[in-house]
Amino acid sequence: MDSFVSLGQGFLVALEPSKLLFAAVGVLLGTAVGVLPGIGPALTVALLLPVTFKLDPTGSLIMFAGIYYGGMYGGSTTAILINAPGESASVATAIEGNKMAKAGRGGPALATSAIGSFVAGTIATIGLAFLAPWLVELAVNFGPWDYFALMVLAFVTVSATFGDSPLRGLTSLTIGLMLGLVGIDKLTGQARMAFGVPEFFDGIEVTTLAVGLFAVGEALYVASRFKSNPEEIVPIKGSLWMTREDWRRSWKPWLRGAAFGFPIGALPAGGAEVPTFLSYVTEKKLSKHPEEFGHGAIEGVAGPEAANNASAAGTLVPLLTLGLPTSATAAIMLAGFQQYGLNPGPLLFTENPALVWGLVASLFIANAMLLVLNLPLVGLWVRLLAIPQPWLYAGILVFAAMGTVAAKPSVVEVGMLFVFGFLGLLMRRWDYPVAPMVVGLILGPMAEAQLRRAMQMTLGDPMVFLENPGSATLLSLSAMALLAPFVMKGLSRFRAAED
Amino acid sequence: MSHLTKTIRGVAFAAMTLVASSAFAQQELKIIAPAGPGGGWDSAARSIQQVLTQTGLAKSVQVVNVTGAGGTVGLAQFVNQAKGDPSQLMVNGITMVGAILTNKSPVTLDQVTPIARLTGDPLVIVVPANSPIKSVKELADAVKADPAKVTWAGGSAGGADHILAALFAKAAGSDPSKVNYIAFSGGGEALAAMLGGRVTAGISGYGEFESQIKAGKLRALAISSGKRLANADVPTLKEQGLDVEVVNWRAIVAGPDITAEQKKSLTETVEKVVKSKEWAEILKQRGWEDFYLAGEPFSAFLKEEQVRVGDVLKSVGLVKS
Repeated sequence: MDSFVSLGQGFLVALEPSKLLFAAVGVLLGTAVGVLPGIGPALTVALLLPVTFKLDPTGSLIMFAGIYYGGMYGGSTTAILINAPGESASVATAIEGNKMAKAGRGGPALATSAIGSFVAGTIATIGLAFLAPWLVELAVNFGPWDYFALMVLAFVTVSATFGDSPLRGLTSLTIGLMLGLVGIDKLTGQARMAFGVPEFFDGIEVTTLAVGLFAVGEALYVASRFKSNPEEIVPIKGSLWMTREDWRRSWKPWLRGAAFGFPIGALPAGGAEVPTFLSYVTEKKLSKHPEEFGHGAIEGVAGPEAANNASAAGTLVPLLTLGLPTSATAAIMLAGFQQYGLNPGPLLFTENPALVWGLVASLFIANAMLLVLNLPLVGLWVRLLAIPQPWLYAGILVFAAMGTVAAKPSVVEVGMLFVFGFLGLLMRRWDYPVAPMVVGLILGPMAEAQLRRAMQMTLGDPMVFLENPGSATLLSLSAMALLAPFVMKGLSRFRAAED
Repeated sequence: MSHLTKTIRGVAFAAMTLVASSAFAQQELKIIAPAGPGGGWDSAARSIQQVLTQTGLAKSVQVVNVTGAGGTVGLAQFVNQAKGDPSQLMVNGITMVGAILTNKSPVTLDQVTPIARLTGDPLVIVVPANSPIKSVKELADAVKADPAKVTWAGGSAGGADHILAALFAKAAGSDPSKVNYIAFSGGGEALAAMLGGRVTAGISGYGEFESQIKAGKLRALAISSGKRLANADVPTLKEQGLDVEVVNWRAIVAGPDITAEQKKSLTETVEKVVKSKEWAEILKQRGWEDFYLAGEPFSAFLKEEQVRVGDVLKSVGLVKS
């Protein structure tokens, strides 16, 4: 019960007018940089760090946390509206979200993502407040073998993004995996498939591939068919807000998304991508309208978006309890803590309870503020889609190129963006799904590194995957997911034969 | 109420600086941080920026992040764009020396104008608290007995942590090419592997492990610098009979082909930064060790370090000779 008392005191700190102001500025800046191409929350916090030096530590950290949450919110807006995911965690949102936006359901898509983020963010913050010390023990014990098993599970379920033809989906996934091989091998430091181009050394940027395939590819595709067979974009159809039906279909995905996002986000190498994909897949499996997936299913927006935000709160668990930054923004927030002479870690909760609980309480407040800020904007955002198509798509091309240059100022990067865009055009023309390729690029390198680390640690003993309860469980889940459809088919045939 | 006004003013100032530094800055000085925001090079660049503007040594300073390939993408761009331009500086360090070699970078540090070495963070060798290994000698014996069985967790392959692991093995009388070094991206994952007790030993900057060491979750065996840290009672490797010294140093360099006069003036500016009380304050906050060295001695150091790092990387097989 100590936590309740502390949290109450935290709210007293966070509800001071000056702290509220810091939180408001934070979420406003965060939302802005989330929407703008190329500037992420990490860079924003880094830019602000020197100027906040003279300000009150608690206030500044509250502002940083607001920026972090706000950035997560803003990133999904571009993914839904113009199919340009600002960060890799928004890729899953773009798949269904943009389809909804084009069918005139942009309003509900944005609303479900805003409300879902609020719900999941709040749940995850409660988790942060009460489960952090316990969860972190678990997270630290998550070894490379467990991560590898988690990746295997993600791979097995990725077929949900394949669309109608498994063969085409696998082709797309394989290209993604091959792209994932490009760059310096993390474990030996050797460059692979980089052909001496320094920009390739760090591997292919996920956002460049995603924006290229999704946004640029689509702009080119629309342009290629504009005369013969124009595609209709309906800015608004039906209600701008979520209908009763939308609510009914959204609330469970929100909760499940939070359940995926928070624990995986708390893992030091969990990241935000894996939970968003796992959530997408789960929603497709559980949905009563699986046929809508690929054509704008609201569950496919609600789940991943909730998972995305919950994982943001999850990354604060290792940051606050261990001083472990597991994302770029968390790393800069750590620098922020150090700037004030605070050392996050096992001692922070006891040495500085006012600051920690004030921060946690202000996360609740920031979440609520984000909702208030974002819902009224929905109406404004969807008007973007009423822009005549040639203008809209030209704008998307500019926006995509600008974002890429801002994130990585290099000609090669822009070149890659348009090569991927052209590839996206060809894939659309011949009906290949683009999402599996992005999934391959994200998961491939992670799976490889974890597998090899596991082998290095156990001196090459593959049994480790079966001996550890965590990895064994995850692997048997994968096996079940893989075999279940065949078994079901066999069973139903068996029954049919009996009849 | 005055507190609130102060806050509002602070926030407004913060917002203004954000706008200014991202888009409209009238640059007098530009510092390239050849890595993403949040890392050591980035915080060094931003700290210099902070001191330069606070002390009025420069009217405006812009920090530009050019990420990629251990800093070699930034280096290539810098050598190209800062040629003969005395208003551009770049932060670098020991990791870049290694990355140039492993990436076979066409551009090297021979092409830049060395200004000064700034900081040198000692690395610490730790073991999990419940490890049977209690001293450097026991760890060295284990490495000597079978280097492949001793697993090391640390930062990126070819970086300072990896170099220390290789030098440790060599000093222990073992074959550095057999070192079982597990590279993690960033200190976070490596720390998790340490706390989970899955590796024999770990290497990182002392600051990153400090709170875990103080909380008793990790045992610090040795510090890699020449002398002990002021605030921590951890013996050096040399004290314990291993002749190894590696520090994760960071330096600042200027572009190629600047005049001797321009170099002198930049060196003087950097010296004023390093001697300022603002800089001393930052070193204390960040837990950085002062490692200032300028002029000819620094150029010589840079040359020596290139040779030394090259030898180590060859011995572990990262660089083919």
